Amino acid sequence: MSAVAEPRQRGRGGGRLSTRDKVTVSLMMGIPTLVAASLVWLPAIASVVLSFFDWDGFGPLSEAEPVGLRWYEEAVTIYPAFWPAVQHNLIWLAAMFFVATPIGLLCAVLIDREASGTKLYQTSLYLPVVLSMALIGFVWQLMFSRDQGLINAVLGTSIDWYGDSRYNLWAALIATSWRHVGYVMLLYLAGLKGVDPALKEAAGIDGASEIKTFFHVTFPVMFPINVVVLVITFIDSLRAFDLVWVINRGRNGLELLATEVTRNIVGEAQRIGFGSALATIMLGMSSVFILIYLRIVMREEAR
Amino acid sequence: MSAPARTVAPIEREEVAASRRPWSKGRIATHIFLGGMAVLWLFPLLYAVLASLRSYAYTSEHGYLSFGGFTLENYSKAWEAGDFGAKFLNSAIITIPAVVLSLFFASMVAFVISRFSWKFNTIMLALFLAGNLLPPQALLIPVFKLFQRVEVPFWISESGTLLNTHLAVILVNVAFQTGFCTFVLSNYMKALPKEIYESAMVDGTSLWGQFWRITLPLCRPSLAALATLEATWIYNEFFWATVLLQNGDKFPITSSLTNLAGDFFTDNNLVAAGSMIIALPTLVIYFALQKHFVSGLTMGETKG
Repeated sequence: MSAVAEPRQRGRGGGRLSTRDKVTVSLMMGIPTLVAASLVWLPAIASVVLSFFDWDGFGPLSEAEPVGLRWYEEAVTIYPAFWPAVQHNLIWLAAMFFVATPIGLLCAVLIDREASGTKLYQTSLYLPVVLSMALIGFVWQLMFSRDQGLINAVLGTSIDWYGDSRYNLWAALIATSWRHVGYVMLLYLAGLKGVDPALKEAAGIDGASEIKTFFHVTFPVMFPINVVVLVITFIDSLRAFDLVWVINRGRNGLELLATEVTRNIVGEAQRIGFGSALATIMLGMSSVFILIYLRIVMREEAR
Repeated sequence: MSAPARTVAPIEREEVAASRRPWSKGRIATHIFLGGMAVLWLFPLLYAVLASLRSYAYTSEHGYLSFGGFTLENYSKAWEAGDFGAKFLNSAIITIPAVVLSLFFASMVAFVISRFSWKFNTIMLALFLAGNLLPPQALLIPVFKLFQRVEVPFWISESGTLLNTHLAVILVNVAFQTGFCTFVLSNYMKALPKEIYESAMVDGTSLWGQFWRITLPLCRPSLAALATLEATWIYNEFFWATVLLQNGDKFPITSSLTNLAGDFFTDNNLVAAGSMIIALPTLVIYFALQKHFVSGLTMGETKG
């Protein structure tokens, strides 16, 4: 507890802790930290370490053999699902970033501008946000199913939207967007409420058009929220899983990094090292965005 | 982030000003666009309700573009075929302790972080928050192996390990959700004036007493918002429950919908009824506690 040095901080109650209070503080911090460490932080490190070893998953860990970059090499060269999975994750990301997120933003801006009588719009747009992605997969099955789906009934086609590898990624993206748009709208709506109306008024008096005002005044002011939405979009695209798992367990056109990692531990064969290499690749990609996010959020925090 | 103060009283603010504005072409176009979006967004759900109320025999004969064949039978059939009574119980067994523990742990950490200005506070907060954002699949292998190796008494698990127990799912949910809750609660607690602790310190109230009797009651609004949100998220959690519980009997309701969809034949009306039953608790929470839900979501401006 020697970190409490400046007199300013002593005023907040530090420094003068009784033994009993010290025990209390240690337990209050210690127990949650222990749970988070053993189930989040250490597993993250373990995934990285295991990716450099050959371990059968049952024997003692000391018998695991170091294999260097073998699993990574196998992933990029001979594992058939790797590049499709990367490609699908990138398409997923692009669709969320270039389509779903802008739609959500547009709705938020319009709702914020109108303000009155928009309760119904808000409610309907973010209704899907309370549903689980697994459930959303089933709700959209009623649209996409080959024999019983509404889309085929209306169009007179007999396409298996969820099963045919030419279409199923796009079907999954429509179902995901259904939720993502509402979520983004909600975040931006909160962000727009925080923008000082005086700023917009000032721009209006200067003769700037509404669109110009938005892009030159409102949007830049919302910088922290833009980053949060961006990071959420990226991370959610990277960890997309539930929806494709309920559709077909991520096969035949729906391979994603998350489903491939899962397949290597639950399922036919346990390939600990190889699965960990895929997991490490996911960790590497997500940590970039997490770091950006933490920087922004913690800077806000420090204010 | 000043979010709590800003968003606890949301949405209604500017309504008076806007209603006085004249109806311009732009406003009409805006309402047409938003109305169209609203209809488009409501449609899949309303269609699911409709499908759930029709008999399979009728729709397979007349097609889904027909009208008629209404029945409530799908609901009772889905309830039985999916064993939903037991699955709802499983969901409750997982969700209730996980929400309570997440909030309890998070408020303890948030209290320490906001009450003292230690240097490692920011790092702890960042670590907790980062954990919430990691892709769970990337941690699956070590967590799976860990649970497989942790031996527990047989009254907890018949296999003798934590794998395939509700406790494992509860713990992993708590570990993931504590980060987000800590972040939201620490923001809220930092905004509390530190004078509230002064008389307690003069009285010699212990730190635990200050936490339990002063801080927690003051945090009731944000705890309510977080509880609403976390209950929905953990109820909706699919991945951990699916991979850690290999025994279908233990699945919570969200993971068990797959039981209704057969490998070779699927009755979509039955699936629709099952979906509606599963969606009902979250929809009720959403409509009854919408304000809490929205403020919880925007307090942290995050989730993932």
